[in-house]
Amino acid sequence: MSGATVSEVKFSELEKKVKRENWRRIWFRFKKSKLSVIGLSMILILLFMAVFAEYVAPYPSHAGLYIAFKNAYKPPSIEHILGTDMYGRDVFSRIIFGFRYAFMMIGLVLSIVVPTGVILGLIAGYYRGTFIETVIVRLSDIFISLPPLVLALSIASILEPNIFNSMLAVSLMWWPWYVKLTYSMTVSLRNEPFILAAESQGASTLHILFRELLPIELGTILTKVTLDAGWVILIGAAISFVGLGAQPPTPDLGTMVSEYSKYLPEYWWMSLGPAAGIVLIILAFNLLGDGVRDVFAGE
Amino acid sequence: MSNYTILSVSDLRKYFTTAEGVVRAVDGVSFNVKHGETLALVGESGSGKTTTGHVIMGFYPPDGGKIIYKGAYELSIPMKKRPLELKRDIQIVFQDPGTSLNPKRLVKDIISLPLLVHRIVDKRRVYEKVAELLEYVGLSEEYMFRYPHELGGGEKQLVAIARALAPNPSFIILDESTSALDVSSQAKVLNTLVKIQNELKLTYLLITHDLGVVRNISQRVMIMYLGKIYEEAPTEEFFKLPMHPYTQMLLSSIPTLSEEDEKIKPRGIESVGEIPSAVKPPSGCRFHTRCPFAKQICMEKDPPDIIVNNNHIVRCWLYE
Repeated sequence: MSGATVSEVKFSELEKKVKRENWRRIWFRFKKSKLSVIGLSMILILLFMAVFAEYVAPYPSHAGLYIAFKNAYKPPSIEHILGTDMYGRDVFSRIIFGFRYAFMMIGLVLSIVVPTGVILGLIAGYYRGTFIETVIVRLSDIFISLPPLVLALSIASILEPNIFNSMLAVSLMWWPWYVKLTYSMTVSLRNEPFILAAESQGASTLHILFRELLPIELGTILTKVTLDAGWVILIGAAISFVGLGAQPPTPDLGTMVSEYSKYLPEYWWMSLGPAAGIVLIILAFNLLGDGVRDVFAGE
Repeated sequence: MSNYTILSVSDLRKYFTTAEGVVRAVDGVSFNVKHGETLALVGESGSGKTTTGHVIMGFYPPDGGKIIYKGAYELSIPMKKRPLELKRDIQIVFQDPGTSLNPKRLVKDIISLPLLVHRIVDKRRVYEKVAELLEYVGLSEEYMFRYPHELGGGEKQLVAIARALAPNPSFIILDESTSALDVSSQAKVLNTLVKIQNELKLTYLLITHDLGVVRNISQRVMIMYLGKIYEEAPTEEFFKLPMHPYTQMLLSSIPTLSEEDEKIKPRGIESVGEIPSAVKPPSGCRFHTRCPFAKQICMEKDPPDIIVNNNHIVRCWLYE
């Protein structure tokens, strides 16, 4: 064999180049659809507002407990573009803080649900035909067979109703879907020759699961994650609406809709604002999801 | 070529239970592979040749028989329970390089896996070794940072060969490794296989249905039909003096280009019918349903081993 000694520097350069090339390709496919670019921009703007709510919101102190009765029940105006509520708080400012809670909910739920579901799905699919598979699949079947909202509501009602517990409840009903998705993909890939090749060469199970199987499944999983992000908000809002989620004065969008709906129809702007906020964030994630799907569909 | 037996298979059986019944894919197969040779295992689709290879690899356990490797290792144990040393020493190159390379991994990752698992080289020198292996099979190091879908069929198969070579094996199963390639890349892959065998003293078990490939690279041939081996001979003799009617049928069905080729073909046997189902294989000699010379006894009893000479064995009642 000829000993072509090539420096490690050169190889790492080449590796970086391949990675850049991959990102370029992903962006190329993503930007083909204008709607998904709009979705992404919307999310980036909402995220920026959520992170810097204190600076973006015109009245940051209005987020929580704040009372100024002389300003109460003001319709939309230049000072308060979405009007004020029954305590005189600026609705627009509260919605901006509401986005912060929305993103926190998405982050919390998905960071519990996705790793749990994906890892269990990979394991169940890889150990197909064994006891491990039976346990994981049956367990997720049980959770899937319970009506999701009812499950979430009962958990939220057993535990102290607050935003964290309601998200825990949402997570508990959500993970089985990631198990199902990853499991079915793993089962169909499990006996592909490239898996057999890696196994026959002595690759560890961890390597097979996370280096051989996961990269192939990642596209589909990510598509589901982006599409699910909107659903998390919706379910969270529903739980808050019935009073088992975040409690006033937390500026949670669902809680706000619930709180302000009592003042319909005279003071319509109060509930219209947060409801529009929910719609906006779900719409943004759905548009993004379509783009993500297009990126991976071509593979 | 030394004569020691690297792999010894005796009375190997593998049955699959399907909705239609029990498929006797491999039904009592015995053979020896000598160190440094290329032994071809030839048969139509459904003859059980690939199953034989996969059982040796340990993809599924045999239902009977013994496989002894290098006189010391028992290969009936499933792949996952084999010692690491065996996973290093026995490699496989699959039929379709499109599915045997992970589409999401770069060529350098595919080839470095066995290098890292078996600690063939120091971690920091892995890429150099990968480049070396690629060059050895006739690909430049530029291929390291490409994905399998960016390569042609022949190039992919060369990557698969480089992967198989990476852990310094002594025995490689070539499972229809050239069947899925077009003729020009087939030639390149075959030449590479012959070159590395000679240089590295490798032993090949060549599983194929392509008699042209057999003629070019193997020293011995075995003909498999419905889970059993019916003829076994050195390659040269096999083409000159095919004895089993099935062998004669296979050889006469090779399309020929020149008059000379036509002349050396055995006469009188037309390829008829399809391979019967392995769920209910014919009694006696399994070929009797398609054999123009079938006698009463062929339908009743398994044919005996007829030893033509030292290396040539045929199982057929005609020579009894």
